[in-house]
Amino acid sequence: MSWVEVVFLLLSLVAVASALLVVTTQHLVHAALWLVVTLSSAAGIYLLLAAEFVAWVQILIYVGAVVVLLLFALMLTRAPTGPQTDLNVKQAVPAAVVAVLVAALLGTTVIAGFQDVHLNLDDPLVGSAGATGETLFTSWVLPFEVLSVLLLAALVGAIVLSKRGDD
Amino acid sequence: MPLWWPLLLASVLFAIGVYGVLARRNAILVLMGVELMLNAVNINLVAFDAYFRDVLHSGQTLALFIIVIAAAEIGLALAIVLMVFRTHGHIDVDDLRELADRDAV
Repeated sequence: MSWVEVVFLLLSLVAVASALLVVTTQHLVHAALWLVVTLSSAAGIYLLLAAEFVAWVQILIYVGAVVVLLLFALMLTRAPTGPQTDLNVKQAVPAAVVAVLVAALLGTTVIAGFQDVHLNLDDPLVGSAGATGETLFTSWVLPFEVLSVLLLAALVGAIVLSKRGDD
Repeated sequence: MPLWWPLLLASVLFAIGVYGVLARRNAILVLMGVELMLNAVNINLVAFDAYFRDVLHSGQTLALFIIVIAAAEIGLALAIVLMVFRTHGHIDVDDLRELADRDAV
């Protein structure tokens, strides 16, 4: 087993364990903090899979911005800091059954479909930030610009929603 | 590394996200489940990008686009959550029943 596989397995374990804690913890703030661990280990997996730029964007946008937004929202909705026992719906057991079925279905599908396929990470991959940026600004420049318009629309929408209705 | 390792990891993370969306009552925790699902899809895309050795890096580019769309989504969703909190005093998705079909309850 190569060191890439060992690191991948360790990062996967961390990701799955912290994701389970995100959806099961009784502390609202702890859920956001465990989400940081999950997202960071996903960033490490991107690095292993030779997606350098995606990994750093994951750290910057997700860990840096999205989780901070979530923490702000928890603060603004006056989330209690202690443990809460009523965070789950009454139908948590059926939800868990559905989730296990989803995992079983997707898992058997990918294993049956890609059992003998090998991911070759030994040859040097062209996945540096420079290579990704070059394709992003040559082949993908139109969707990139459309995306900036989408971000602008989301920004305007969030401002309109957050404005108080009486002014 | 076999290709199904990252794909299986993505499947498991996606299922955990599904459980989070279904089982949580707090709207912000539901959003965290959505984030987990989006991340699972990103792992899939990056794994296939590395497998196909795509010179256009379609997988990585789509993953970047998903990250941007997730950021836009979370911004809008949190604005909606804050508005719900202002009008209802709580963000419990089980108790937001104004749009429910009354006959079915």
